[in-house]
Amino acid sequence: MKDVLTKKMDDSAKENNVLKENKGFKILVMLLMDVEKNKLIEMYRKLLELRRFEEKCWDLFSQNLIPGTIHLYLGQEAVAVGVCSNLNDADYVQSTHRGHGHCLAKGAKMDKMFAELMGKATGYCKGKGGSMHITDASVGLLGACGVVGAGIVIAPGAALSAKLQGIDQVVACFFGDGASNTGNFHEGLNIAATWDLPVVFVCENNLYAMGTKQSDVMKVENVADRAAAYGIPGVICDGNDVVDVYKTAYEAVKRAREGKGPTLIECKTYRHKGHSRFDQGKYRPEDEVEEWLSKDPIARMRERLLSMGILTDEDASRIEKKVEDEVEVAAKFALESPFPDPKTALDDVWVEESESE
Amino acid sequence: MREIMAIEALREAFQEEMRNDKRVVLIGEDIGSKWHGAFKVTQGLAAEFGEERVRDTPISEAAIIGTAVGAAMTGLRPVAEIMFGDLIALAMDAICNQAAKIRYMFGGQVKVPVVIRTPFGGGKSLAAHHSSSFEAWFMHAAGLKIAMPSTPYDSKGLLKTAIRNIDDPVCFFEHKLCYLLKGHVPEEEYFIPFGEADIKREGADVTIVATFLMVHKSLKVAEEMAKEGISVEVIDPRTLVPFDIKTIINSVKKTGRVVVVSEDIKRAGITAEIASQIMEEGGFDYLDAPIKRVASLNTPIPFSPPLEDYVIPNEKRIAKAVKEVLA
Repeated sequence: MKDVLTKKMDDSAKENNVLKENKGFKILVMLLMDVEKNKLIEMYRKLLELRRFEEKCWDLFSQNLIPGTIHLYLGQEAVAVGVCSNLNDADYVQSTHRGHGHCLAKGAKMDKMFAELMGKATGYCKGKGGSMHITDASVGLLGACGVVGAGIVIAPGAALSAKLQGIDQVVACFFGDGASNTGNFHEGLNIAATWDLPVVFVCENNLYAMGTKQSDVMKVENVADRAAAYGIPGVICDGNDVVDVYKTAYEAVKRAREGKGPTLIECKTYRHKGHSRFDQGKYRPEDEVEEWLSKDPIARMRERLLSMGILTDEDASRIEKKVEDEVEVAAKFALESPFPDPKTALDDVWVEESESE
Repeated sequence: MREIMAIEALREAFQEEMRNDKRVVLIGEDIGSKWHGAFKVTQGLAAEFGEERVRDTPISEAAIIGTAVGAAMTGLRPVAEIMFGDLIALAMDAICNQAAKIRYMFGGQVKVPVVIRTPFGGGKSLAAHHSSSFEAWFMHAAGLKIAMPSTPYDSKGLLKTAIRNIDDPVCFFEHKLCYLLKGHVPEEEYFIPFGEADIKREGADVTIVATFLMVHKSLKVAEEMAKEGISVEVIDPRTLVPFDIKTIINSVKKTGRVVVVSEDIKRAGITAEIASQIMEEGGFDYLDAPIKRVASLNTPIPFSPPLEDYVIPNEKRIAKAVKEVLA
């Protein structure tokens, strides 16, 4: 595999290896000593890309330039980046209604994403999908999905395709804590487990399904506990630590590639904003919000890279500036793009004759 | 020409298509070497093609269709089976929100060449959870092509087309009481295109548009009517989407009188859609009487034979409607 973990870091890094007790679950602050330096820098850059993209979305949305609703990925960036940094171009990602981060992490381009969110003809889906169906099939995205839990039964199908065709492909299937209460969760995990399919199920547990607190609607403490019911590994990781997510997903992806079947990873994380459009998340206690904001995945990664001497302040600022510039250019492309001709609403229902094999 | 049953014709379609293309994979409950499918359509297929390609699944309708959809998006040509049509309700999201919409939502980036098979229809005293005819539900979900063959010949030709030549999701509906009916099926390979109705019997006085078992009941009525000097034309649309309204309109131009017959319930059923299309697409000016609809009563399908017979259209009701449009 291309992401061989070889790099030895200096001894000072070991100071970061602290096991903390926090809010009923353990956060393992991982040692960075074996992750490649360039990989770490790229993950940091990607985290920033997701963050700045979503901040720009919020800005455009506030100006009424994005119709409908959006579910921002702010705060959960480490999950998509940590998981997708283990994937090859040929691998698949099944996304959710909160899917901008998954798309970017898998390689979708910001300009066509902004354009899609604004309903422009130049968007990935020509304006037919919007935020909840945004996808770039050319980079292995199986699509964002507006129905909570629905993707959990589609992902095993892509994995079955890979298995039967003998192609080395893994499917990362993202979903939230709320989706783990749907019947699709049960059917999807069971069928993937039974058939030893190369799927990595990634639960982004941000503690709330809209306004419903996870602990109010689940008797088990962790979504990962449910893996036992399917005879597959269930692993918990710190979803606000990109390196922990990366390493956890590394093992799960390896297992899938080796034909040993799926893994359920639960990433404990938190969304910075409300659920959607006008939700301010007032149902969440202030101290809880404060606590999670202090565990911001991007600030943590920056601090870590600086303290380890992988980046200087100057390096970090340069990367940040570059990402910000790219976001502006991409948004400009979308703003200047035309809306689709209304008549194109009739296109793409069916495969055209010319496209048939 | 040889005569075989519909289940044998369907099985032949699978054999030919699975030999032709390794990407054709069957997914469903008890379709493999232990049970061979609830109606034995898949008998012998696991033995010939292996259990990797004829896959027994858990009782997970949503996962059966969802998995088939995911596989279709990524290079396979899966055929998913739901054992009884009523149980398709358990997979409605995967069919109507996912399979039907994925290509459109994603702006044409992907195709979903999945075939979803299930048997509808009553007449076997299987009661309300194993007897329904839900084809109208799927006709109403934009993005699904729908076949509903009434004969062994149509079953094979349409299934082969669905598997090989259609890159869109296809709902391939079968009828339990049509499974064992025998009919002509040529030895040589053939395909039937979607969107071409078949005139099952030519006539001059009345047009009956019917599907599934109602085609056979209508043909019996036509036979009886002929004795009274009434010439009935029976048209089977064979596919609901795309729908061959032209053949029907041409018939209406000739007869001026129409009865639409279906086993699904009357309210918001396919008979309503077909009657409306006849009115809108050029039939109105040629009609000499209002269109009559014959369909199941607006109830779930009951268990006891006299109750079930009362709810589902029979020859008597069809004949009555024919007489009424002629009056």
